[in-house]
Amino acid sequence: MNLTLKVWRQKKADSRGRFIEYQARNVIPNMSFLEMLDVVNEELMGRGEEPIAFDSDCREGICGTCSLVINGIPHGGRRGTATCQLHLRHFKDGDTITIQPWRARAFPVVKDLVVNRSAFDRIIQAGGFVSVSTGGAPDGNALPIPKEAAELSMDAAACIGCGACVAACKNASAMLFVAAKVSHLALLPQGKVEKERRVLNMVKAMDAEGFGNCTVTGSCEAACPKEISLDFIARMNREYGLALLKK
Amino acid sequence: MNLDARIPSGPLDKKWDRHRLEMKLVNPANKRKFDIIVVGSGLAGASAAASLAELGYRVQCFCFQDSPRRAHSIAAQGGINAAKNYQNDGDSIYRLFYDTIKGGDFRAREANVYRLAQVSVNIIDQCVAQGVPFAREYGGFLANRSFGGAQVSRTFYARGQTGQQLLLGAYQALCRQISLGAVEMYPRTEMLDVVLVDGHAKGIIVRDLISGEISSHAADAVVLATGGYGNVFYLSTNARGCNVTAIYRAYKKGAAFANPCYTQIHPTCIPVSGEHQSKLTLMSESLRNDGRVWVPKKKGDARPLQSIPEAERDFFLERKYPSYGNLAPRDISSRAAKEVCDEGRGVGPGGLGVYLDFADAIKRLGADTIRERYGNLFDMYQTITGENAYQTPMRIYPAVHYTMGGLWVDYNLMSNIPGLFVLGEANFSDHGANRLGASALMQGLGDGYFILPYTIGHYFASAKTAKPSSSHPEFKKAEEEIKARTNKLLSIRGQRTVTSFHRELGKLLWDKCGMARHEAGLKEALQRIPALRQEYWENVNVTGEGGELNQALEQAGRVADFMEFAELLCLDALMRRESCGGHFRTEFQTPDGEALRNDEHFSFVAAWEYQGPDKPPLLQKEPLTYEEVKMAQRSYQ
Repeated sequence: MNLTLKVWRQKKADSRGRFIEYQARNVIPNMSFLEMLDVVNEELMGRGEEPIAFDSDCREGICGTCSLVINGIPHGGRRGTATCQLHLRHFKDGDTITIQPWRARAFPVVKDLVVNRSAFDRIIQAGGFVSVSTGGAPDGNALPIPKEAAELSMDAAACIGCGACVAACKNASAMLFVAAKVSHLALLPQGKVEKERRVLNMVKAMDAEGFGNCTVTGSCEAACPKEISLDFIARMNREYGLALLKK
Repeated sequence: MNLDARIPSGPLDKKWDRHRLEMKLVNPANKRKFDIIVVGSGLAGASAAASLAELGYRVQCFCFQDSPRRAHSIAAQGGINAAKNYQNDGDSIYRLFYDTIKGGDFRAREANVYRLAQVSVNIIDQCVAQGVPFAREYGGFLANRSFGGAQVSRTFYARGQTGQQLLLGAYQALCRQISLGAVEMYPRTEMLDVVLVDGHAKGIIVRDLISGEISSHAADAVVLATGGYGNVFYLSTNARGCNVTAIYRAYKKGAAFANPCYTQIHPTCIPVSGEHQSKLTLMSESLRNDGRVWVPKKKGDARPLQSIPEAERDFFLERKYPSYGNLAPRDISSRAAKEVCDEGRGVGPGGLGVYLDFADAIKRLGADTIRERYGNLFDMYQTITGENAYQTPMRIYPAVHYTMGGLWVDYNLMSNIPGLFVLGEANFSDHGANRLGASALMQGLGDGYFILPYTIGHYFASAKTAKPSSSHPEFKKAEEEIKARTNKLLSIRGQRTVTSFHRELGKLLWDKCGMARHEAGLKEALQRIPALRQEYWENVNVTGEGGELNQALEQAGRVADFMEFAELLCLDALMRRESCGGHFRTEFQTPDGEALRNDEHFSFVAAWEYQGPDKPPLLQKEPLTYEEVKMAQRSYQ
């Protein structure tokens, strides 16, 4: 199959970017979307042109490195799928595909399709952990945790920190990302001890990074490659309210 | 070269306790005077960086990913072993130790493995305390599953994302230390060389991947936790960025490289679909708990699989290894799959695949139970192949997955270069010639949380060397060399892309030094690699410039190191005239096709010492002596 790509090219963080058209020739339905870009890049380099810069690493949907807004939708719009897991069998021969980086003030473009997501790390640093040092932990079975709580906590903990939720949101809100971490830890007894501090500090850090507000449109949940539920945002709002009252 | 493993004396089960008592300590107030560089932020690197910072050391942590949370440990699926014996099925520290030694085909160091089994129980406790959401039973207690190479159920897991959850636990501990100012984190920064001053490792040279700037960082010790070298084969289950550069650079600075030929081929991966393939995807081996592996008994059986009756299906693992069945260790299962495919009984395109069939398990347990256990793996399989494995069996084929070899380290996890410590997959120490499932996570975290924090203090208290400034001439010299090499790569402007070279190198290694190796093939590879390397340095085309984000340049540097390292890998495979674990020489096998060790001549760790660019490396041997276990022919029948 042959595809036409309109790809965002931007030399540096402070330079002007624009769309440039490329042809992906003789690609096959079993290829992943990123393998198709590899093919295009090989051809570009063969002509001595600079390849399209994009992030990827594990290429199996778990590291959260790949990004790309494909035809206006982060990760391309297949449910529960990161860009690296998107295959060309979901496109048609002759399609024109637009490819852009994540768009958010808190995720500045580094080059072409690569963005800087270190704001997420700083939010976790503000409180997304249990304050336990190595050594001295009690036996793993000393604290029984209901299976349901562990499972729900795991649903939230499955977040890969890719930032699709931010890219999908018209306000570039990071609520789903932050809610996932707050919920993961607040649902477990280990995380309950410092849950008020955690939610207050993480929300503060989120606001300081310049992420927008949440209007609960649910576009984040729809774009999330791990299908993290919007319910966690409700849970975080409750945790936040309770923490404010306790303060 | 000094290859003293510094194994403490005394009975096996007392060595670590005794060693901890005998090691020198650094007073808490003095710890803040020591700077430690940790390269890598996976399970080993993040756990080490966090634990060292908690103790009071000043830590700088480097990773090439855009966030420390993205290190490749995140992709580990199945689980982590620990000798908790929560299932009351006869597990013990000794049994985990013995299974690991036996699984490694008696090519690992006894004392290290015993210690690993000892700390395994602490790892689970630590991770639970961090909030890792392990799977639980209805009573609220931790659940276990069984894994290849073991007859007890000792594997802890978090769905099919155990590596992710353990890494996030370590990452969060690291983030806490970053927020406290105890760790300085350098993401998107690649280590390109290690710097020695007066024979001690005292710093590294790095490239900022965004600005392209090359800079020096000095410290009192350097810790490499930079993972394995499976990507030398081009196609592997490793992430795209995984590379050998950090440990290969250390090797060129004098660190011994041990057992490079011990590479693991994982039996349950999704088969290759075409030339464009950029990486292979692993399906957790835990699938073999409930899936049955088979191929048609008849060669070239073209019938649709539903119409092949049970009697005409060859469940070859159950047939050949009745007591372990589908849970036979990875090396054995992989070779068995290759064997039936070589006989022409493989399934799927090109005949390079075998079925992993869940029909019986679904009948016995119901689709819901299977979904609960492996749902995300079935989804992953469907995403990639477009097939629904609840209805039709998966097709799997072996792929390069893990490398047991790595830099040589002593009992303290220090290489033969004083002050250079190596953790996790980057070292060679615990898995011998073959790693058992769910043991990589155990080793990475064991090294980082519970071993290095003790042993590094002993080095500081005994070595008493000063920290040089990063403007020391050795740093300047190393920086200049790196800049010259970068400029050279950018100035060739040849006809072929980096990937085309990498793919060719990988194919050559897979054919000649992959699942089965023999003398003639290895000699051929040793002829062809230098030629390919020469062509690389004359004809590679690296676009762009050095002073910017340049992914082609990053890749070019890594492939240049693979081009040299591949030769070392083949040389080691040629030298080891026996079969053991993941290293299978076709000349050395038992009458029924199993690996045939030669304990008389090869019961040693092969540690290679770099001699210079045009000289072959020197082989040094660390003899393996077993005080506790009896070496036996590994049998899983």
